[in-house]
Amino acid sequence: MGKLLEVKNLEVSFQTYGGEVQAVRGVSFYLNKGETLAIVGESGSGKSVTSQTIMRLIPTPPGKIKNGQILFDGEDLVKKTDKEMEQIRGRDIGMIFQDPMTSLNPTMKVGHQIMEVIMKHQKLPKSAAKERAIELLRLVGIPMPEKRVNQYPHEFSGGMRQRAMIAIALASNPKLLIADEPTTALDVTIQAQILELMKDIQKKTGTAIIFITHDLGVVANVADRVAVMYAGKIVEMGTVDEIFYDPRHPYTWGLLASMPSLDSDDKAELASIPGSPPDLTNPPKGDAFAPRNPYAMKIDFEMEPPLFQISDTHYAATWLLHPDAPKVEPPEAVKRRLRKLSTNYPQPIIVRESE
Amino acid sequence: MLRYISKRLLYMLMSLFLIVTVTFFLMRAAPGGPFSSEKQVPPEIEKNLNEYYGLDRPWYIQYFDYLVSIAKWDFGPSFKYKGQTVNDLINEGFPVSFFLGMESLLIAISIGVLLGIIAALNHNKWQDYAAMVFAVLGISVPSFIMASILQYFLAIKLGWFPVARWESLQHTVLPALALAAMPMAFIARLTRSSMLEVLGNDYIRTAKAKGLSQGQITVKHAIRNAILPVVTYLGPLSAQILTGSFVIEKIFGIPGLGSHFVTSITNRDYTTIMGVTVFYSILLLLSVLLVDIAYGFIDPRIKLAGGKKGE
Ligand SMILES: Nc1ncnc2c1ncn2[C@@H]1O[C@H](COP(=O)(O)OP(=O)(O)O)[C@@H](O)[C@H]1O
Ligand SMILES: [Mg+2]
Repeated sequence: MGKLLEVKNLEVSFQTYGGEVQAVRGVSFYLNKGETLAIVGESGSGKSVTSQTIMRLIPTPPGKIKNGQILFDGEDLVKKTDKEMEQIRGRDIGMIFQDPMTSLNPTMKVGHQIMEVIMKHQKLPKSAAKERAIELLRLVGIPMPEKRVNQYPHEFSGGMRQRAMIAIALASNPKLLIADEPTTALDVTIQAQILELMKDIQKKTGTAIIFITHDLGVVANVADRVAVMYAGKIVEMGTVDEIFYDPRHPYTWGLLASMPSLDSDDKAELASIPGSPPDLTNPPKGDAFAPRNPYAMKIDFEMEPPLFQISDTHYAATWLLHPDAPKVEPPEAVKRRLRKLSTNYPQPIIVRESE
Repeated sequence: MLRYISKRLLYMLMSLFLIVTVTFFLMRAAPGGPFSSEKQVPPEIEKNLNEYYGLDRPWYIQYFDYLVSIAKWDFGPSFKYKGQTVNDLINEGFPVSFFLGMESLLIAISIGVLLGIIAALNHNKWQDYAAMVFAVLGISVPSFIMASILQYFLAIKLGWFPVARWESLQHTVLPALALAAMPMAFIARLTRSSMLEVLGNDYIRTAKAKGLSQGQITVKHAIRNAILPVVTYLGPLSAQILTGSFVIEKIFGIPGLGSHFVTSITNRDYTTIMGVTVFYSILLLLSVLLVDIAYGFIDPRIKLAGGKKGE
């Protein structure tokens, strides 16, 4: 399976009055064709900035790509001109945003908003584009698409609007679909429907998906692999099984422990991670999670942890994996689910030295 | 839609009735009469005149008569222009004023919107600053001074346009510009701020994510949404152009309804003042209705049904 997308050491900053906000600080990951990668992390961890940088949607200024590469089908998107990006956006990469209530143009018919993509990239005439728009509305499960195609966004419910957004993103069969918290603004029942729809669509079209969420709960259902982000960095990455049954980073532990689990009713245990993410204008020395980390050691406050590889697919950046670190027990809620995975290396190996 | 319009027309009639009533009694309350002028008129003649125009009858009869004749679109004879009715004055002056008003409306909207869009697309660059300096000047210079400036430079110094009078299309340019300057500046600022707000909306990012170019985004997604406040402003704008025309028509010696109106005020020409006021009111009420209907076409979220919300 070939790599569709490879992000290498991406750094993105915003120039603000308060100083330079280092929103993304050296992110690397890859995505295979047809695969779903979930990016999880608390609000403000840089998920949206990362995904919008892939599409080059970050407003510049104040934003700036300071470093890194975004290899899409082998070509570096960082080096593309605006004109070249216009050919890639909407055609090769489709994007769905968080708030379906504001992401559609209120004064343009929904059908027309879908047709725009088709007419731009497929160069189809208007009538054929409309046919295709109706077909897409049907694909995303909107009833009576022939009628809906002529309606305005305010005539759609929130869930229906998000379906329409998905139709727009899928309009020219993109190789990659980026969904930035597509269900966060929706009711729980609608959320589940939209997730089903996305899985269904992936089965039908084979598109790769980057699924961004702050809710680990929805991840197990949709993703093949998971990247956990904190303060502009990926702190742990692995297959869904590796992240859920053999997590290594204390931040991942915290997220898992604060996730309501289906097999236990112990609501009392449910606790979100105390404290708040650091100010990215002055990122702390060492491990950015250290101040909130109950397992933090002295070195966590002084040096950034190296990146360890635990299996072919599992990476984590924490000093706890260092041979000299004391053995610690993860929180009870996490410990309960731990399993021995046969794919793990005998020992974690350092793949990137600390800086 | 039809129901909506007929309902609005009914409201218009009611407002009109109020306006007629208020104008009528205000005119009566004003000191002095049409014949109490500087030149002394002999008492017998004044009595005759009062009889001829019905001014000797009790006020309620006069009021009722006036309502009836207005309903018949008859504004009565002019007190000062001998042998002319107010209807004659309106029929003669209005086409001129209408042409002038439309021309300045066109200038104000087209150039104002264009400047606003250029400024917003070049936010905080020199085009933005230039357009806004222009706009501040336009807003802070009163129209009669603007008129003199235009006359001095474009007519007297450069000789591009005639200084005054109303004879050819050439003659219409300077008064239309002078009248348009302030609304144009206002529209430019309104469009700019509205456009800046629209460009920051999520759906603009969606449009960009679809691969549309900046030009396509501006034309297809931004302008239509940014123009909404400008459309709302068209009602007050018509009023502004209308009142502005009083002064401008006087300055440029244009035989429009505005200069007749000003003359009739200095002459205490009661019937003309009242007739023209009522006529202007109808015009304004109609323009507000037209603006509301236009708004409904541009913004599909506004339903022009009889009050109840859509779905
Ligand atoms: N346009 C911007 N100007 C300044 N800072 C920004 C801008 N956009 C995002 N940021 C900052 O970048 C950081 C990451 O934001 P974001 O990627 O939106 O987080 P997430 O999507 O994970 O919630 C935040 O600290 C945010 O304040
Ligand atoms: Mg976000």
